[in-house]
Amino acid sequence: MHARDLESPASAGAHGRMRVLDAKPVNLDGFSVANPELGLVAMRSPYDPEPSLVVADRGRQKVVVELDGKAAEEFDVIDEFIARYGLDLGAAQEAMALDDVVLARMTVDVNVPRAEVVRLIGGTTPAKLARVVALLTPVEMQMAMSKMRARRTPSNQAHVTNQLDDPLLIAADAASAVAYGFREVETTVPVLSDAPSNAVALLIGSQVGIPGAMAQCSIEEALELRLGLRGLTSYAETISVYGTEQVFIDGDDTPFSKAILASAYASRGLKMRVTSGGGAEVLMGAAEKCSILYLESRCVSLARALGSQGVQNGGIDAVGVVSSVPEGMKELLAENLMVMLRDLESCAGNDNLISESDIRRSAHTLPVLLAGADFIFSGFGSIPRYDNAFALSNFNSDDMDDYLVLQRDWAADGGLRTVSAERLAEVRRRGASAVQAVYRDLGLADYDDERVDEVVVANGSRDLSPGHPKMVAEAAAAIEARQLTVFDVIASLKRTGFDEEADAIMRLTRERLRGDQLQTSAIFDENFRVLSKITDPNDYTGPGTGYTPTEQRRAEIENIRQERTIAELTADQDAHRGHLSITAIEPAQQGSDPREVCIGLSPALGRTVWLTLCGLTVGEVLRQIEAGLEEEGCVPRLVRVSSTIDVGLIGLTAARLSGSGIGIGLQGKGTALIHRRDLAPLANLELFSVAPQLTAKMYRELGKNAGRHAKGMTPVPIFGGGTDESISARYQARTVALVALERDVCEPGQPPLTVKATRA
Amino acid sequence: MTDDKFTAQAAVDGKLQLSDLRMDPPTLAHQAVVAEDGGNPQLAENFLRAAELATLDGDEVMSLYEALRPHRSTAEELKALQTSLETRGAARCAELVGQAAVVYARRGLLR
Repeated sequence: MHARDLESPASAGAHGRMRVLDAKPVNLDGFSVANPELGLVAMRSPYDPEPSLVVADRGRQKVVVELDGKAAEEFDVIDEFIARYGLDLGAAQEAMALDDVVLARMTVDVNVPRAEVVRLIGGTTPAKLARVVALLTPVEMQMAMSKMRARRTPSNQAHVTNQLDDPLLIAADAASAVAYGFREVETTVPVLSDAPSNAVALLIGSQVGIPGAMAQCSIEEALELRLGLRGLTSYAETISVYGTEQVFIDGDDTPFSKAILASAYASRGLKMRVTSGGGAEVLMGAAEKCSILYLESRCVSLARALGSQGVQNGGIDAVGVVSSVPEGMKELLAENLMVMLRDLESCAGNDNLISESDIRRSAHTLPVLLAGADFIFSGFGSIPRYDNAFALSNFNSDDMDDYLVLQRDWAADGGLRTVSAERLAEVRRRGASAVQAVYRDLGLADYDDERVDEVVVANGSRDLSPGHPKMVAEAAAAIEARQLTVFDVIASLKRTGFDEEADAIMRLTRERLRGDQLQTSAIFDENFRVLSKITDPNDYTGPGTGYTPTEQRRAEIENIRQERTIAELTADQDAHRGHLSITAIEPAQQGSDPREVCIGLSPALGRTVWLTLCGLTVGEVLRQIEAGLEEEGCVPRLVRVSSTIDVGLIGLTAARLSGSGIGIGLQGKGTALIHRRDLAPLANLELFSVAPQLTAKMYRELGKNAGRHAKGMTPVPIFGGGTDESISARYQARTVALVALERDVCEPGQPPLTVKATRA
Repeated sequence: MTDDKFTAQAAVDGKLQLSDLRMDPPTLAHQAVVAEDGGNPQLAENFLRAAELATLDGDEVMSLYEALRPHRSTAEELKALQTSLETRGAARCAELVGQAAVVYARRGLLR
């Protein structure tokens, strides 16, 4: 054991910087020394097999007799299935003979068609694919993802759960999720027997307002299939696969049972993908000393062999294992890429909180958002953290604004859009009311109107009264006892006047039976058009190609609710208009009183700008500065400088006019400085550059110091004390607006005027 | 399958039942062709297996799945299942069961 293992971060530094660092959230995260014996190694373990493939002709059939160093007699169930179904033996010889670097370069080379990469990767074994992907840098992985993801248009999936399994809240949250733009919504249960109720509520809520989102209820495999067979869900994704046989069997399945499960879902028109995600084998103590990447490559190869159209990986339940080792986050990105390279739908993880650190969790999601995936999240927590019955997602409902801003910052389509508070209230009420009506109509439960009201405004289940604990359980039991199907739900919606939702669910059911949504990467758009690898193939071949948002979509990404026009940003000025009136006396003359200090006023101060960035009115700022000067026995004179908006020049102009040779420059937004007549414009004596941080006291001190300068005394330093605020982020948008007002009234060439200020 | 059959009113009138949720095997066969043409023979194979399962009711599908889970079936039971699937025209599923029987015996996954 390394000595550092014994040393806690807290003991490493008793004070100062280290103490601050110790308290940072990132130090709540666990970090492991890489340990291949336990499979605790991201990209490559010394025990990973050498890639190999030996194919023999058995009659007319080609048969794999060796896979990644293992002879057929030793194949475990996973090898067996991959060898039998997973590899394109037509391309295998060529692909396996290619140098890893050559193949790696092809994945990022925009001049090599996507289809050619897919063809060759189809002939690679799990060990070979892992080796190839491990050669890429994170940026190259992103390049490869842009080119290799199956669907052109990116999309997103939401978790919709709550701690009470409250069906009204599930419906309201599902309706909210589709309003935000999610095209798949996924629920699960804290209490397994509640599952049928959750599935029904989710199905109804997911068709409110905007139809066509697919819904799933993630629970034990057999029970989930039963709900699917009754049409209560429209897709399934928690068909778990693992990279070692031991863990697979511990999960109570084999690739053969999973293959039947996959076909069972397809037989009822349910879209399905498998779930893997690195680290699970390590967590379950059976990683066979292999790297996380290699085991995940086995999972992805198996997914393809099973005939699954897609894979959820790249940050699932064991994400903390992966992120604890060096290169862990890179490995997670490689997982998504391997899915794309095998020409499968990538539902790109991010659905488990990877870190206590906001910086680190953002770092996990950003590469996927920028590169694009079929689903950026395989579960964005659309509900509060505490209500997530899966695990906390990497982004949750209180991160929604951050996410929407990130989309806007990078012009990256992450699948979501802004929703107004009014619209949210509307769809939440509709969803909750529809479930209330259906549960009453079908005799499942009787929720009163007050409950609907509560749900509409609730952030999460903690805002609801607990209600009767058995209510949901009884509703779920009744759904099971009566074996209710999607047709019962549709009939009930229709009977209770929720025609739109009834029709939407019927349309979804009907479209499902056409089967187009079973193809790779399929989603329904809002008009029930299928967008898939077949109908909306990724056509990226370099800059200027591939997915670009429509004008309408671009507007959705850009028009966040927080954005403001210049007029909106300066609207608060009007409330203070006229509190001061500044009138011209005469063209400004050179003063002769050695105690005179001129205060140069910017063009808009007291004309269109009335309120400074720190919240003081310009009148108050002037009063403080003048008072400071007077306390030092000096005489202020106001001078309007209309010819420039530059506070340095304004101050210098004032200094040159004043009898003392000392002047003050003041902008409407509050920026102020002290100048002296013999200095260069940018070389001032004292500058208050951070206008938002200024106080009345500081302006008074500024006046006093100007007075001291005028008298040839030593000024008293003025300390602001510093700040933790992002001054740039908070104020620069408003600063631009105020500067624009200054510019509007600036008159270059105009001589300065001596003015007087009269308070209203 | 016709669009007019699948209406909300038909659901109200009780004209739709569980079996209406099964895919038409020819539809799945068509999707298999699309998948194969799209370069994914494994997905096509899945759809062709699904076409076989579409003729079975839910309980039969569930029991087939259960039988293939680890340590659920003896070699004889898998053999019988394989034969029964063959006789019902589910050749691909039958083949899968036959393959599983061999591997399960080798890996100790039989009951």
